[in-house]
Amino acid sequence: MAVMGNDRFGEIEVRAVSKAFGTEAGRKLVLEDCSFTVTRGKLNVLVGPSGCGKTTIVNLLAGYESPTSGSVLLDGKVAGAPDWSRLVVFQESALFPWMTVLGNVTFGPRVRESMGRKAVRLEAMRLLDNVGLGEFAHKYPFQLSGGMQRRAELARAMINQPKVMLMDEPFRGLDAMTRELMQEYYLKLFEESGRTNLFVTSDLEEAIFLADRLIILTIPPTRVKKVLEINLPRPRRIEVLTSKQFLEIKQVALEALHEEALKAFSSDRKGAADLVEAFSKRVGSTPLVPGV
Amino acid sequence: MWQGMFSVFVLFGLWQAAGALRVGGIGDIPTPVDVARALVDATQTSRYWSSWAISGERVAIGFLAGTLIGVPVALALGMNRTLRGIVFPVMETLRPVPPLAWVPLSILFWPTLELSIIFVIFLGAFFSVALNVLGGVDAVDPSLLRAARSMGARPRHIFWMIVLPATIPAIVTGMALGMGLTWEIVIAAEMIAGKAGLGYLAWEGFVNGSLVSILVAMVSIGIGGFLSCGLIWVLGQRATPWQRKS
Repeated sequence: MAVMGNDRFGEIEVRAVSKAFGTEAGRKLVLEDCSFTVTRGKLNVLVGPSGCGKTTIVNLLAGYESPTSGSVLLDGKVAGAPDWSRLVVFQESALFPWMTVLGNVTFGPRVRESMGRKAVRLEAMRLLDNVGLGEFAHKYPFQLSGGMQRRAELARAMINQPKVMLMDEPFRGLDAMTRELMQEYYLKLFEESGRTNLFVTSDLEEAIFLADRLIILTIPPTRVKKVLEINLPRPRRIEVLTSKQFLEIKQVALEALHEEALKAFSSDRKGAADLVEAFSKRVGSTPLVPGV
Repeated sequence: MWQGMFSVFVLFGLWQAAGALRVGGIGDIPTPVDVARALVDATQTSRYWSSWAISGERVAIGFLAGTLIGVPVALALGMNRTLRGIVFPVMETLRPVPPLAWVPLSILFWPTLELSIIFVIFLGAFFSVALNVLGGVDAVDPSLLRAARSMGARPRHIFWMIVLPATIPAIVTGMALGMGLTWEIVIAAEMIAGKAGLGYLAWEGFVNGSLVSILVAMVSIGIGGFLSCGLIWVLGQRATPWQRKS
């Protein structure tokens, strides 16, 4: 049911958004005149170094924060308070510990009384089977591994049919093996539903592997550096990581990020070391910045 | 478990040895064997059991009243900022007053001695439960509240499905601490104002100069506190199957 351009799914437009924190005296500008589109039915990936305001962007899109200037539009209308049109899967598990996996997944429909009891249960079980947790429906979150918890959270968000799914570095902190498996699960889910997704990560390989559109951010005050359309074939398998096309895209993305790294370096920003470290390991033996 | 048994055994062993060797001070106290004998004798008397019943009843009533009022009051204060702003300063003013300091006023205020003792127990249980529960409400993970609201939860869902279950561990802790406290209070209150009960039994032993009676009463009080607190922890574990067993 890969329906593209279906209006069950939404499109978010970030229009000239700036965001500053702090008082007049110690004001910190995190985003400056940042504009991009989370395109309908696509897997949009935001990539940038840690501390470049990615989580701020997620909070703005979800409605947990409002822009200092500019606007966030969902299907042309100002996106207001948080609701289930834009659900976030965070870095840390936010499963309700006292509910079983099934209880967690059915939470949204239960509180909104949007479906019959039986229908909710059926749909929840279908989603849990999809993420490989069918047999764990009656377990409590503490009985699941980290990867299973993230999958349960994915199912809990999806049952609400959000117009846009916001994924805030959801696989961070998982071991490499689990992370790869999670990426494949997640891709499968996306490819089946064709739902609008925004996936935030600081891992460039993960970003390219997942993305239809790769949105590369600058160092703070953050804006969009470059948007790359990723035309790697779908369904994607892990083998794509070694294809020529993948490496070419990576090269282009790295050049963009390299520029930012140098900028950060020359302006002696605190985040510079992070940025260089995050991306230099991806280019093998050639250091991004001489002497690092 | 066996470590605990071992250390208790060693304690009694040292105590017994001190008695046998007539060590100064400790040696003058009746040995565990003496106390155990006296305890067995005491269990043959109806007076011993009626002391249990009287203290137990006071603890039960005061504790239940403190819990049944303390939990809802604390939940209400935790959920409603305005109410909290009004009521909390009063609670904080009264809280540092030790429950036993209420005894004289309580005796003057309440028509019967029984009621005044129960009232003092109630106060101890109430503050212990209420403050723990209030702390529990404050400690509810904001990311859970955020997740629940974003999925469309209304205030009543937030209360019944998030805040209340999240607070159960704090309720259990408050109840267990409160239970320990109520035993302290009932014994002291009975010593000051009682005509019966385990605390009175200990006091009577003191007045009659019978060390062994004092120890029998102390051991009994210890058993009472241990069993009632243990019961609360066990019930608490049952009520929170989602928690990793520690």
